[in-house]
Amino acid sequence: MTPSTRQEGTQMATETKPAAPAEDPVKLAEFEARCDRGETIEPKDWMPEKYRRQLTRMMSQHAHSEVVGMLPEGNWITRAPNLRRKMCLIAKVQDEGGHGLYIYCGTETLGTDRTELIDQYLYGTAKYSSIFNYPTLTWADIGVIGWLVDGAAIVNQTMLAHASYGPYARAMIRICKEENFHKRQGYELCATLARGTPAQKAMVQDAVNRWWWPSLMMFGPHDTNSPHSADLLRWKVKQKSNDDLRQRFVNLTVPQAQAIGLTLPDPDLKLDETSGEWKFGEIDWSEFNAVIAGNGPMNRERIAARRKAHEDGAWVREAAAAYAAKHQPAAGQAA
Amino acid sequence: MSTPLFEYLLRLGDDRLILGHRNAEWCGHGPILEEDIAVANIALDQTGEAQLLLNLAGQVEGQGRDADQLAYWRDETQFRNLQMLELPRGDFGFTMVRQFLFSAHAHFVLEHLAKCPHDDLAGIAAKALKENRYHLRHSSEWVVRLGDGTEESHRRIQAALEELWPWTVELFFEDAVDAALKAEGIAPNQADIKPKWEAMTAEVLTRATVEPPKGPMRMVGGRKGRHTEHLGHLLAEMQIVARSHPGASW
Repeated sequence: MTPSTRQEGTQMATETKPAAPAEDPVKLAEFEARCDRGETIEPKDWMPEKYRRQLTRMMSQHAHSEVVGMLPEGNWITRAPNLRRKMCLIAKVQDEGGHGLYIYCGTETLGTDRTELIDQYLYGTAKYSSIFNYPTLTWADIGVIGWLVDGAAIVNQTMLAHASYGPYARAMIRICKEENFHKRQGYELCATLARGTPAQKAMVQDAVNRWWWPSLMMFGPHDTNSPHSADLLRWKVKQKSNDDLRQRFVNLTVPQAQAIGLTLPDPDLKLDETSGEWKFGEIDWSEFNAVIAGNGPMNRERIAARRKAHEDGAWVREAAAAYAAKHQPAAGQAA
Repeated sequence: MSTPLFEYLLRLGDDRLILGHRNAEWCGHGPILEEDIAVANIALDQTGEAQLLLNLAGQVEGQGRDADQLAYWRDETQFRNLQMLELPRGDFGFTMVRQFLFSAHAHFVLEHLAKCPHDDLAGIAAKALKENRYHLRHSSEWVVRLGDGTEESHRRIQAALEELWPWTVELFFEDAVDAALKAEGIAPNQADIKPKWEAMTAEVLTRATVEPPKGPMRMVGGRKGRHTEHLGHLLAEMQIVARSHPGASW
């Protein structure tokens, strides 16, 4: 499952950080002209401190999301109902880990190392995508996550593949390819259940009912309520607004649900004949805000599980470092 | 009527099914992200090998059972895996020591099977041999690194070895099934493998600065369906969804 990185709007507003230093106006103007021309910004290029911070925040949040996202799906690896599905799921969760690693490396090009980034979300205020704070209750959740959650992430990441920061854009291109595969796999799983026994069909419909609204929330707050969006749009990190992307996702998804005989839990959903768009009901923003504030169904469990893995693994990391130090003295001296 | 080849394939397949299951439990919980990925990779290889071996077992049996039916619809006493492989995953050191002890043995078994006269089995074994080389290298490197790392990691690896070593007697178990297949040139002779395995493990454990215990070995049983109490819980979890929906496709 891959996260959206777009929910940060309301979260980050609460963080207190020293104000970014005043930038050299000439350099800043040159930088913004480069963004306007659609040029790619590379790690060694000059960039405003605020751009560096925003990207570090967005990218690391994306990386944390990939790693936390391993938990809800990992929850079903040991219960997958046949060997093919089990292998697909292991491979998918493994891919998420790979994405996390890849994006952490991309984030490090901005000057903060992985250890520090991980500390920021395990013990600090850094966030991950809130979608992973919902529980996976049945096997059908695995299909629905692939279809809806990865589907929503793809809509977002396809845009981010054109982001102005080169390492992030390149990571997104590669990741999108795998995500598309996950999405197809998830949709195929849902289709299989939808044409299965009555119990299987009920299971997948129930999962869709539970995941639909959280998936729409993945695109973040309304444009009118998204404080970082202006900078991110001006610097071409984002190219489309939260609401535009959300609408695109709904337009893509409604016909997919219809094709496999599933309904979406929104009585207001209807096709606008003139625009050709699917109009949908209002998101429950109080739920959105509650989950972001740490009070979703699984926030505490997710962080507890990640902390446990990190802390239980400390002796392994320490031993690896000790072994390396013992057996590579030459390399140490050379440095 | 169960034939020796069917039994033998169940033993090979169940080892990988069960160990792959245990390894997959690490997914999302590893000590470092690289290891979540690496251990998942091993689990994936093993589950894939299990699928091939159990499908072949089903064909050999000729009663229309495939790998999924064998994996999901047999009970504890019908499983033929080594008991060592069903033990809970323990800490990361335990997982790596177990993988190493198993992979070192599997290496020599697969080397033999890859050249055996049963073409289908030889093909699967050749693929598994290649995959197992990676499992063996990865796990042995961790055994050495952790054994010779810090005081704590040394203590943990020594403890894992003390728990696991007595179970290794089962690696060399042989009965009429093996005798029949050895006569056909399919199964290897465990007496030939044992010294090679001992040499390989001694070399790695020496570098890891740990020592196998000298005490008594455990009772054998896995190959005959006599297991620890852990297997039933593992299977209850693994089989729950499949068994809750008899006749369903997934």
